[in-house]
Amino acid sequence: MNSLIFRTVAPFLTAVMLAFSIFVLLRGHNEPGGGFIGGLIAASALAIYGMALGPDVARKALRVHPLVIAAAGLLIAILSGMMSLAYDVPFLTGLWAEFNMGRDVLTLSTPMLFDFGVYLVVVGAVASMVLGLEDNEEESP
Amino acid sequence: MQATRDMIGIYALLLAIGLPIVMAWPLAALERWVRGAIGWIAALMGLAGLGALLLLVPGLGETPSRVLELDWVPSLGLRLAFRIDGLSLTFAITIAAVGSLVLLYAGDYLKGHPHRGRFIGFLSLFLGAMQGLVLVDSIVGLYAFWELTSLASFLLIGFDADRQAARRGAIQALVVTGIGGLALLAGGVTLALVTGSWQLSGATASLVASPAFPLLAALFLLAATTKSAQVPFHFWLPNAMEAPTPVSALLHSATMVQAGVYLVLRLSSVMSGGIWWNGTLMVLGALTLAWGAFGAFRETDLKQVLAQTTIASLGLLMLLAGIGSELALAAALIYFVAHALYKAALFLVVGGIDHGTGTRDITSLRGLREPMSLSFIAALMAGAAMLGVPPLLGFWAKEEMYKAAALPDMAMIAALAVLVLGNVLLGAVGLLLAIRPFMGVQLATPKLPHEAPWGMIAGPLLLGIAGLALALLPGEVERLLAPALAAVAPAAKPFHMPRGIDLIGVPFLLSMLTWALAMVAYRLFNPMRIGLNKALRRVPSLDRGFDRAYFGLVRLAGAVTRLLHHGRLEIAMLTIFVMLAAAVLLPLALADGWPLRPNWPDLRLEEWGVMALAVAGVVTVVFAPGRLMAILALGIQGTAVSLIFLLFGAPDLGFTQFMVEILSVVILGLVMTRLKLEGRDPRPMEDWLRDGSVALVAGGAVTLLLLRVLETPLDPRLSDFFNENSAALAHGKNIVNVILVDFRGLDTLGEISVVMAAGIAVLALIRVARSAKPVPAAAPVPEPEAEAEAEPDKPKRARRRSPA
Repeated sequence: MNSLIFRTVAPFLTAVMLAFSIFVLLRGHNEPGGGFIGGLIAASALAIYGMALGPDVARKALRVHPLVIAAAGLLIAILSGMMSLAYDVPFLTGLWAEFNMGRDVLTLSTPMLFDFGVYLVVVGAVASMVLGLEDNEEESP
Repeated sequence: MQATRDMIGIYALLLAIGLPIVMAWPLAALERWVRGAIGWIAALMGLAGLGALLLLVPGLGETPSRVLELDWVPSLGLRLAFRIDGLSLTFAITIAAVGSLVLLYAGDYLKGHPHRGRFIGFLSLFLGAMQGLVLVDSIVGLYAFWELTSLASFLLIGFDADRQAARRGAIQALVVTGIGGLALLAGGVTLALVTGSWQLSGATASLVASPAFPLLAALFLLAATTKSAQVPFHFWLPNAMEAPTPVSALLHSATMVQAGVYLVLRLSSVMSGGIWWNGTLMVLGALTLAWGAFGAFRETDLKQVLAQTTIASLGLLMLLAGIGSELALAAALIYFVAHALYKAALFLVVGGIDHGTGTRDITSLRGLREPMSLSFIAALMAGAAMLGVPPLLGFWAKEEMYKAAALPDMAMIAALAVLVLGNVLLGAVGLLLAIRPFMGVQLATPKLPHEAPWGMIAGPLLLGIAGLALALLPGEVERLLAPALAAVAPAAKPFHMPRGIDLIGVPFLLSMLTWALAMVAYRLFNPMRIGLNKALRRVPSLDRGFDRAYFGLVRLAGAVTRLLHHGRLEIAMLTIFVMLAAAVLLPLALADGWPLRPNWPDLRLEEWGVMALAVAGVVTVVFAPGRLMAILALGIQGTAVSLIFLLFGAPDLGFTQFMVEILSVVILGLVMTRLKLEGRDPRPMEDWLRDGSVALVAGGAVTLLLLRVLETPLDPRLSDFFNENSAALAHGKNIVNVILVDFRGLDTLGEISVVMAAGIAVLALIRVARSAKPVPAAAPVPEPEAEAEAEPDKPKRARRRSPA
């Protein structure tokens, strides 16, 4: 992709999309959104970054292999389910904790953690496919 | 008192079954540090089990047979129960004694072998499984231990996995005994259905009159005859001789092949009496006895000679079990113990000879009595037991079996004749093994003959002494065998070991005849070998048939794989869509009925616009001149569909669909450039027609199905449940997401695992395609082509699939 405009805009676009993807992930419990959609948005952001600046730059920016991200997500999802074991309730039972922050109430839960795991798996797996396919463009004459 | 006995029983079970299985891996790992002492350590472990089992003998008459029960699969009502009675203890004690000595022997036999630890571990695992087999009372447990012995013996027989013959022997043993294992499972289930109990001890009344009797007899006999190498399944046993000698000594004396004998004896209290059971056993047993006894004369490899005699002895035991009288069963029990002792000793001596001289060929072994005097003594004791010379235990076994068969009845006379013939030939082989290699003038052997180390001498000597001691202590033997006979034949009179020889009785006269003929057969060994080999060469065996069936199966699997995994994407897609159309249309046509004509939808203008966009997208896909344009048009169509979802109140679905469409366009475009496909995609007319009609039919089928589904009233129970409980139970207002991460979290976990696996698979395919691509270099690189020729479908398949 040799368009100057695209290459200039892509990093900003990626940053905005990544921020948006996290927003979508977090609002998912009460509004449309969630881990799957957020993950797909983030993967598209990475695809854009890879297309504009090359998959190697994108990989360097990620620091770890995309599949590592996916594996970490799977691990987080499983661990969030296993937290219920500590309370002697079945696997994947939702646990909730509320923190009073003065004006607001912060609610943390294992389903949220689970959703975060879903998000990472989708980002990692899709990004690894896309970046893997983009690799070839570099090689082709 | 009772409680103490139960405690002893539990400890004995743990030491005899649990300890060897649990210790299998630690023993294998330990070898690295203790080196040569591993055999002694393993033998000590075996002796602990033996000691604990011996402690159970005094209480045999009184204690109830079942000592340990534990819940195994409570939801299926399965309990793991163990039974300690005379029969199981007779087998367990013999197994423990032989097993301990073999473990000791193996430590020295495999000295310097890189995998000695692993070998000891396998032996230990096998020993525990075998003890479990004879001590367990649950039908399912019996099956599990039965299969575990098959698996462990597979590992042991194929221990020298570098040799093709060893691998073949191992696979053959596993397949043949595996067939028997399945028969055992089927028989066990049938038995449980007939008796209503999942314990073997639940079968108390005779089953001969049951309508299921022929089926039960067929299944259990198939299990027993495959495991115990009866004709026509005898072919696997000689091939199993590829195993290291300690394995043969253990598997073919007291364990493995005796599992079938154990099964027959265990069931004879309820199965004996029907012609299906006794007749089959007698015929197969007699055939096997004769085949093995003559077969022993055809071999020159000492181990093969012993293998054939093992087949013969197993036939003899089956024949006795088939006669089924009190005397015959008692003879079978004595013979089992005597045979286990002398056969293990002979195998171990042969291993020692092999170790000391470097050869096992009987024609090149002579005069070893000087350099291998201790082996000579052990071989003499074992050979004499095989010939049945008083006062050894083998003699009493022979007396008892002649006494059992000496009846004025046509079938019995025939059985007696086969028994005498078998004993003559086996006795001659006993003489051959005890005398031939040790007497005469020493011949040159590959190694200078020398005595084996202590660990390898102790076993055969102790086994020989045990054969003598047991015969001299009839009272002690009775304490074990009397309860054993009571377990096999509940109505039998109390069992007594014979104490004196009736010098003018028929059995002793037959014994003298046996000895005389055995001497003659021994003298005629060489001419008999040549004659038998000439005469029996053309007798068909399943051995070659096994290979044909085995490789035929492999070829069939290959053919089916090539048929279904042909690697052609267009045919795979065509198959999928044709099947889809059939799966949807057939139920509609045959059962459900076609949908009525739907009403004209009442849509607003912007909704019509979105519909039109979707249709325009599809039409463009079909008629687009270039691939890139088609991909983009597909994206437009998908986006229109996601808009429809949005408009009709499924924002989450629309949102996700939208992202998926965008990514699909990106990925498809990348794949296109990646595969360097041409921009245009011209197709012949017939392809166009074929693909188009399949697409129209499949699409029409799905449309009809959806219309039909919409005609049925919506069941609101699920939606109502989620509407009510989403916020209350899961603190979330977005029902779709709450279902995904909370109510059906496990499903989602499965899905993301699939996503993860798909990511790995796609990356692997991309890498494979990259490495398979010919590198543009100065010299042509023929490598991928050569590979493609050798494995016609592999690389092609990988390359073709990468776009999917």
